[in-house]
Amino acid sequence: MALVNPNFAEEIGKPEAFNASACMNCGVCSAVCPMGIELLPRKLFRYVLLGLEDKVQKNSETIYSCLLCKMCEANCPAGVHIAENVRSLRYYLNKKVYNL
Amino acid sequence: MPLPTGDTIGILADNLKIRNSVLPISAGSATRWARGLGLPRGGETVIYTGLMYQLIPYITSMNKAQGMIEDTPLADFARVGRFVNRFVNISSLMAIPQSAMQERFDGILVNIARLLRQAGVEPGYMYEDDLYSGALVYDLGMDDVLEEHARKVYRNLKNYGVKNLITVDPHTTNMLRSVYPALIKGYDLNVKSYMEVLAERHAWALRSLEDEVVIHDSCVYARYENVVNEQRTLLTGAGVTVREPADAGRFTLCCGGPAESLYPKKAVAAAERRVEQLKAAGSKVVTMCPICLVNLQKAAHNQINIEDISVYLARAYCPE
Ligand code: SF4
Ligand code: SF4
Repeated sequence: MALVNPNFAEEIGKPEAFNASACMNCGVCSAVCPMGIELLPRKLFRYVLLGLEDKVQKNSETIYSCLLCKMCEANCPAGVHIAENVRSLRYYLNKKVYNL
Repeated sequence: MPLPTGDTIGILADNLKIRNSVLPISAGSATRWARGLGLPRGGETVIYTGLMYQLIPYITSMNKAQGMIEDTPLADFARVGRFVNRFVNISSLMAIPQSAMQERFDGILVNIARLLRQAGVEPGYMYEDDLYSGALVYDLGMDDVLEEHARKVYRNLKNYGVKNLITVDPHTTNMLRSVYPALIKGYDLNVKSYMEVLAERHAWALRSLEDEVVIHDSCVYARYENVVNEQRTLLTGAGVTVREPADAGRFTLCCGGPAESLYPKKAVAAAERRVEQLKAAGSKVVTMCPICLVNLQKAAHNQINIEDISVYLARAYCPE
């Protein structure tokens, strides 16, 4: 069973920059991503909103593979700040997992 | 095994903190391009390289070494490497660039300085105080290290009395124009890429190249900084017909370069996808970012000719 951290979204370090709740899960971002990152951003952001910290930690390769190229953002109908959200997740992983 | 993420990021961040650059290079290598140009030191308006064109030949040889050890047991070296790197600059030992590549990249900076002069701008240069912007460390989410570095860079620019920065690559443009102002209260520097400066001044070509190129937009210029029209205006003014690949302008496809530092193989795969699109549009390609140039070139295996846009612009806008 997954452990739920109800404060996860606030704990990722830069809560004011993390605007995943606008996402309507349409899948456009995954369809246009040049890295074929299916998980990013919609599923991963959902894990954050649901407080599934361990699922986010398990997907660090996906989080660091993102090019921050904003192809997804340029096509996102909900105006989600996808690249900045990914950077926020890296900030969180750097501190929490890698002790940087 | 893949390169250890935490230790690789740690090395890059430590280098920025201790040595002011993710991959420290000597002042001679950083400023050699400017020899003989007589650029005054400092001034209100400076050409700011942020070291990107100078660093890429070193980063390329470093990434080659990383690519060779990625997915082998040796990948673990970074764990020891990070510790040692704090005391000895080991990353520079892994990075010995090819001199032809260095000359080529230095030549791009010379082109840009000449283009600016030809357009009536006499920029200064900060020589060894032209510091790296911290772009890679920012991308990797090391915000605290970046913030401290940004303040250092800003103080340095203020000490020189700089007011206007003319940047030469998209990443430095983005850092100094969009990222730093959010980190530093009262940040008041005016930042423009040299292509914007040339377009704004209606630079006038001395000759028409009667050529044709496929344009590869940098995602940072196109989607972060809204620099899309200037490069097209300048090429058209040079008598160059601009061919657009399948994904172009605001919807340009990334060269894959940003994945280099942690996942060199993924970076190559992304570059190969882009090269296919470019190849379908023509055999001569222009880029406007050193990372795009090197990454696409690596994936192109000499099937297309890739040049920095400044090479074409200097041929058309500068005297022989
Ligand atoms: S494109 Fe935007 S709204 Fe659609 S799934 Fe991706 S982040 Fe959510
Ligand atoms: S920024 Fe680029 S690489 Fe990252 S998820 Fe979006 S489209 Fe994919």
